[in-house]
Amino acid sequence: MKILVCISHVPDTTSKINFTANDTQFDTNGVQFIINPNDEFGLTRAMWFKEQQSATVDVVTVGDASVEPTLRKALAIGADKALRVNMIPLDGFSVAKQLAKIVQDEKYDLVIAGRESIDYNGGMVPGMLAELTGANFVNNCIKITVDGNQVNAEREIDGGKELLSTSFPLVIGGQKGLVEESDLRIPNMRGIMMARQKPLTVTEAIDSDLSTTTNKFEKPAPKGAITLVDKDNLDELINLLHNEAKVI
Amino acid sequence: MSILIYAETQNGSYNKSAFELASYARSLADQMGETVTAVVVNPTDAKSIERYGVNKVLEVKNPSLSAFNASSFASLISQAAQTSKSSIVLLTTSADSKFLAPLLAVKLEASYASNVVALPTSLSPFTVKRTVFTNKAFGMTEMNTDKKIIALSKNAFGLSEHVVSAEVIPFEPTLSETTQKVTGVEKATDKVTIADADVVVSAGRGLKGPENWGMIEELAEVLGAATACSKPVSDMGWRSHGEHVGQTGKPVAANLYIAIGISGAIQHLAGINSSKVKVVINTDPEAPFFKAADYGVVGDAFEVVPSLIEKLKIFKSQNS
Ligand SMILES: Cc1cc2nc3c(=O)[nH]c(=O)nc-3n(C[C@H](O)[C@H](O)[C@H](O)COP(=O)(O)OP(=O)(O)OC[C@H]3O[C@@H](n4cnc5c(N)ncnc54)[C@H](O)[C@@H]3O)c2cc1C
Ligand SMILES: Nc1ncnc2c1ncn2[C@@H]1O[C@H](COP(=O)(O)O)[C@@H](O)[C@H]1O
Repeated sequence: MKILVCISHVPDTTSKINFTANDTQFDTNGVQFIINPNDEFGLTRAMWFKEQQSATVDVVTVGDASVEPTLRKALAIGADKALRVNMIPLDGFSVAKQLAKIVQDEKYDLVIAGRESIDYNGGMVPGMLAELTGANFVNNCIKITVDGNQVNAEREIDGGKELLSTSFPLVIGGQKGLVEESDLRIPNMRGIMMARQKPLTVTEAIDSDLSTTTNKFEKPAPKGAITLVDKDNLDELINLLHNEAKVI
Repeated sequence: MSILIYAETQNGSYNKSAFELASYARSLADQMGETVTAVVVNPTDAKSIERYGVNKVLEVKNPSLSAFNASSFASLISQAAQTSKSSIVLLTTSADSKFLAPLLAVKLEASYASNVVALPTSLSPFTVKRTVFTNKAFGMTEMNTDKKIIALSKNAFGLSEHVVSAEVIPFEPTLSETTQKVTGVEKATDKVTIADADVVVSAGRGLKGPENWGMIEELAEVLGAATACSKPVSDMGWRSHGEHVGQTGKPVAANLYIAIGISGAIQHLAGINSSKVKVVINTDPEAPFFKAADYGVVGDAFEVVPSLIEKLKIFKSQNS
C-alpha cells in the first residue's frame, strides 16, 4: 500500500493572528509553525499502516523553503520520504492541482489529508484532489481500516457518524479519531537523526491559475465589557438573557 | 440566469439553514437582478421554501438518494446548475455540504469560498468576507472565475421572509454508479446537534469527572440546547469526540453559548467566538473566558448550575 500524507504547515494553535502591510499579509513575526493538527492525526494513522501493514508513507507540502522544518519533523516521526512542491500556497484549487500531479505520477493508493487546515481553513484541498484524480473521497474521516482493496471508513456527521465501504484510490480528509491524542508521537533523537538522511525532494510547480485571491484581512471587532451577575442573583441572568440579549 | 441553492432537508423537511441560505440568495439575487432556484432531494413539501424568496424548485425524487452520497449529490447539483443556467451556487457549511462542495467546484470548474459570513462586499471584482485562521480573523476573498460556489456559515445571515410563489419542477439527474457506499448510520435522534442548535451548553475540566454531567444535560434539556465540551474532556474520554468544540474541534455559531468550568484557552475561544452571546460560569474570576464573554457568573458550577436549572424551569413555565 502506497500512502501519501498531505501536510499543511500552519501557525501554532496558540498564535495570535496579526497582519502587516496594511492588513494584506499574515504577520509571521514570532509565530511558530507546526504540522496542521488534522494532518498529525493522519500521519500517525499512516505510521500504523506502515508498521502493521507494511505501507510506504511519503509526505508532501506545497510551499516555499520555509516549510522544510515541518517536513523534516514528519520524517522524524517516521515517514519514508518527503516532497516539497515549490510554490507559495495562495489558493486551495491551485494547491490541489499540484498535489493531483504528484498523486497521478506516483500512483498512491491512499492519500491522507486533513479535514481542514487551521490557517486558511477552507476545507477545500482534499475533496478537490479526490475529484481531480478520480479517487473516492471520505471527509471528516474518524476511522479507516484496510483489507486488500476493501476499505472501511467512518465519517463524522452532524450528531453522529456514518459507516462507509469504499476502495482505492481513496483520499480522506482526516481528523481526531483516526488516532487518539495520546497516540501522537513526539520525534525522538533517533528519529531526528534518521530524518536527516531521508530524501526531501523539491519539484517545481506546474502552471495553475488562482481561482481565488485573499488579499485583505480583518480582525474581529474588540469585545465590549462583560456584565457580571452575582451567583445569588441568577434571576437577573435569566432576565438579561431574555430581555437584553433576547436569546432565551 | 438564476442563483442556485442546494437546500438541505432533515426527514424530508427543509432545515433552518436551508431557509437561511434562501434568504441570503434572495438578497444577492436582488442585488444582481437574478432569480433564485433551489435544488432539493426527496422533500415532503418542496414548495414551502417559497416563503424565503425561492422562485423555482428543482425537485429530485429518487429513493436511491435517501442516503447521502457526496459524489452523486455533487453530480446532481452540477446538473441542476446547468439546467438553471446558474453561475453562482450556494451551499451551507453542514458536514454534508462541506463534503460535496470541493467535488462540485472541480466538476463546474468554479472557484469556491467556504465559511462566508456576509453578502459580497463587491460584485466586481466579486469579493466575499470569510472567516480564516479558525475564526481568529476574516479574509476578503476575490473569486476570479465565472462560476462561483459560496458556502455560507451558519447563523451568519439570519432568516428573512420574502414570500413569492415558487414553481416546482421535477428534476431527474443522470447518476452514475459509485463504488463508495454508506453501510450504516449511528446517530442519536433524540438530541439536538451542535450544528443545528441555537443554544449550546458546554462544560470543561472544571466539572471534575464524567459523573457530573447530569446537570449539564439537564440544563441543556431545559434550554433545548446541544451539549458540548472542551478538548481535554473529550481526550480523557469523559465525553464523546463529537462534543469537542474549538479550533481543532467543531466550530460553534450558536445564538447562545454557555461555558461552564472552561478556562477560555485561545484554542477554545477561536472555535466558539462566532456565537452571538456567550455566558461563562467559573470559580476563578481571572479565567480568560471572562474577557471573551458577554455575561459571567463567578461561582462554583456545582451550586450555580442546579440553581440556574430551577430558575429556568420556573421562567419557562411562565413564558410558554
Ligand atoms: C494543538 C492544540 C489544539 C487545541 N484545540 C483545542 C480545542 O479545539 N478546543 C479546546 O477546548 N481546547 C483545545 N486545546 C486545549 C486548550 O489549550 C486548553 O487546554 C483547554 O481548552 C482547557 O480545557 P478546560 O477549560 O476544560 O480546562 P482547564 O483549563 O483546566 O480549565 C478548567 C476551568 O474550570 C474552572 N473550575 C474549576 N472548578 C470549577 C467549579 N467547581 N465550578 C466552575 N468552574 C470551575 C477553573 O477555574 C478553570 O478555569 C488545544 C490545545 C492544543 C495544544
Ligand atoms: N500547502 C499544502 N500542502 C500540502 N497539503 C495541503 C496544503 N494545504 C492544504 N493541504 C491539505 O489539505 C488539508 C485541508 O486543507 P484546506 O483545504 O486548506 O483547509 C490539509 O489538512 C492538508 O492535508
